[in-house]
Amino acid sequence: MFGYYLDLALRSFKRNRVLTALMVLALGLGIGASITTLTVLKLLSGDPLPQKSARLFTAEIDPLPAQGYVPGQSKPPWGNLMPYTDAMNLLQAHRAERQAVMALTQAKVTPASTGEHPFFSDAVMTTADFFAMFDAPFEYGSGWSAQNDDERARVAVLAGFLNDKLFGGKNSVGQVIRINDKDYRVIGVLKDWAPQPRFYAVGLGGRSYGNGDGVFLPLKSARTDGMDPQNVSCWQTADIQHLETSPCVFVSFWTELKSASDAAAYRTFLSNYVQQQISLGRFHRPEVVFADLMKFLALEQVVPDDARLQTNLAFGFLLICIVNTVGLLLAKCLRRSREIGVRRALGATRAAVFAQFMVESGMVGIAGGVLGLIFAELGLWAIRHQPAQYASLARLDVSMFVTTFVIALVASLIAGLLPAWRACVVAPAPQLKSV
Amino acid sequence: MQIQPILSALKKHRLATALIALEIALACAVLCNACYLIAGRLSAMRINSGVDETSLGFLALQGFDASQASDLNARVVAGLRAIPGVESVHVINSVPFGPQAGAVGITLDQAGKQFRGVPELYVGDPGTPKALGLQLVAGRMPTADDYQPMTTFVPASSRVLIARALAEHLWPGQDPLGKEFWSGPFHFRVIGVVANLAIQQYDEEGEHGAQWTAFVPAQPGPQLAGTYLIRANPQDLDRVMTEAKAAMARIAPDAVVDQEGSQTIRELRQRFFKTDRAMAGLLVGVIVALLGVTAFGIVGLASFWVAQRRKQIGIRRALGATRADILRYFQTENFLIVTFGIVLGIVLAIGINLALMKFFEVPRLPLWYLPIGVLALWLLGQLAVLVPALRAAAVPPVVATRSA
Repeated sequence: MFGYYLDLALRSFKRNRVLTALMVLALGLGIGASITTLTVLKLLSGDPLPQKSARLFTAEIDPLPAQGYVPGQSKPPWGNLMPYTDAMNLLQAHRAERQAVMALTQAKVTPASTGEHPFFSDAVMTTADFFAMFDAPFEYGSGWSAQNDDERARVAVLAGFLNDKLFGGKNSVGQVIRINDKDYRVIGVLKDWAPQPRFYAVGLGGRSYGNGDGVFLPLKSARTDGMDPQNVSCWQTADIQHLETSPCVFVSFWTELKSASDAAAYRTFLSNYVQQQISLGRFHRPEVVFADLMKFLALEQVVPDDARLQTNLAFGFLLICIVNTVGLLLAKCLRRSREIGVRRALGATRAAVFAQFMVESGMVGIAGGVLGLIFAELGLWAIRHQPAQYASLARLDVSMFVTTFVIALVASLIAGLLPAWRACVVAPAPQLKSV
Repeated sequence: MQIQPILSALKKHRLATALIALEIALACAVLCNACYLIAGRLSAMRINSGVDETSLGFLALQGFDASQASDLNARVVAGLRAIPGVESVHVINSVPFGPQAGAVGITLDQAGKQFRGVPELYVGDPGTPKALGLQLVAGRMPTADDYQPMTTFVPASSRVLIARALAEHLWPGQDPLGKEFWSGPFHFRVIGVVANLAIQQYDEEGEHGAQWTAFVPAQPGPQLAGTYLIRANPQDLDRVMTEAKAAMARIAPDAVVDQEGSQTIRELRQRFFKTDRAMAGLLVGVIVALLGVTAFGIVGLASFWVAQRRKQIGIRRALGATRADILRYFQTENFLIVTFGIVLGIVLAIGINLALMKFFEVPRLPLWYLPIGVLALWLLGQLAVLVPALRAAAVPPVVATRSA
């Protein structure tokens, strides 16, 4: 029967070429727009580390003074930025499987070959556990140890693209790189690593999407050599030369727990630490937030409003296209009342007629899906030329390809329900009487 | 034109009528909101920076040794002045649409209790206000002894120019000249008011604070170095900027030129509003596609109707209706359906706007946008139904005499 319905549908399309073309075009536009915006949204709100994100947590504490404090309403004002002293205290407490403190900076890199100008590279100042915690893959060498951190050793880990630029992609472990006019020894080179979004950079002043960071340096070494963090906020007048002891926040703290169920215990530890600081007179607000990676991204509202707005707009447009398709399908079906009457008179049940018209709308859906795919590719091409950080990553992958056809089919089947029902309730007798 | 027969005819085709009305309603809702969003983005892009954008360029150097700063300033300023076409070179901390250089929370009292917001400060060396092209509306420009040396990012106590909007905010209705404000230990006294001076990183959400700025006169030194304002003739400006960036390799080889951030102010402004332009373009595309799809729908359904009612049209023509009568019948019928749709659409438009306000912090839709959507859709409906209606009017009366 299915093959017969397909045949009937094709004949009907051939007879109503213009109407079918309008339907497919409208549906294609709606689907194209929806898939384009959905791809971008999926790119922006995806899980950057799906294998570990449930076990990675960041802490937020509120170092502000008591003035202006409203219990229950005041929240840590600078996301997960915290003062240096507290981040170091938490780091040294070693209460979790792994923990790291980090800040972003701009590293002035002077290439060894003379005649080449110095340039700035995005850099991360962090502690030893960073690489293992975030599963950063190494091409050559490895990260540094906790001892290197304390000794303020001048070591650096390069990203793959920076290694390509400076050393031609060769194994540069042991080579010297000049950063901020000081010599640093390369001890590791990362493979291409750019988690989308750069969750560790959120709040630290960097871009949330796009290329990864170029060079990774031990925090104490970088600070000693005068590298300033990219985002510093102070709640009282501060001495910028001595940020570590000033009333300022500029580092963030991340931990990896053995399992997600250990979060409650760590949160208790964090609260106790803050209470201890309150009793010492350093802090005045007991609120703490201990959020896992995805929750933190949601709290920080990393996904740009524009992307969400565009997605809702596209689905609204798809809705209009579906309503349009309903109307046109209805027109097409009702024109064939006599044909339906003949089929019913010959013994077709209502269900059979219903099935016939559903198959027809399904076919419109598939055609609309193919056209929608073409429009989506065009749309993503246009987005790749948009001035956004994530622009170059907007590509259609296999799951979105499948999603296109699923959405197209569902949309057309929903659109086909009303016309198919109207068609199957046509009474056969009056249709046969009119000539 | 009798409305009653049209209405009773429509009652027989409730479903198709409802569909067209629903489509028009959705189109109206999306159209009104999209137009408003576009208008919002466009008005944000028209901010008055208060400076002579066509004559000014910004050059930023980084990565130099702070102890060499004064020497660097002297070398760079001398080197830039030597470029033909340059009218003046000044040391300034940033420019409108440039990097954010100094935003400070200010209070009206020294004790720091009366907090009044976070304006942005421009700090420049002697002659900068004139080079920027600031328009003075009250008070006086800074004189030579107002330019003081400083050890942190502003002098301890300075005499400043403030933008009119900031003066209105801090001392509404009063004369701002001679008034003072503080930021922690730093003291500022107002000596002049300028018409406009936009902040560096303008954010639509903080639109009311877009002109909260002050100009602080200072002497260049270790704290004010590496960022320069170049003034040149508008025709020469592009060439001057290229030559300036190239000259830095010779004049300051140890410093890094911020290639992306060193541009003419007009270029900085274009780049700053790129995303707004893209969003506005996208919305225009959506509106066009939307109107196109709605028009398709109306054409399709109207054609179907005309085909279905051929016999009736033939009978009317046989009874004496002219072609114009038939045409007018279909136009009126379409007008009525579109009106039903628009009534529903206005309700939907307001509803969608409330949802946008809640989830995307978009401002409330002003009511005079609704007539725009209404008129556009009436026009669209009438144009879309024209072709099927003309085909209906062409039905010859002889159809009435034939059966089927």
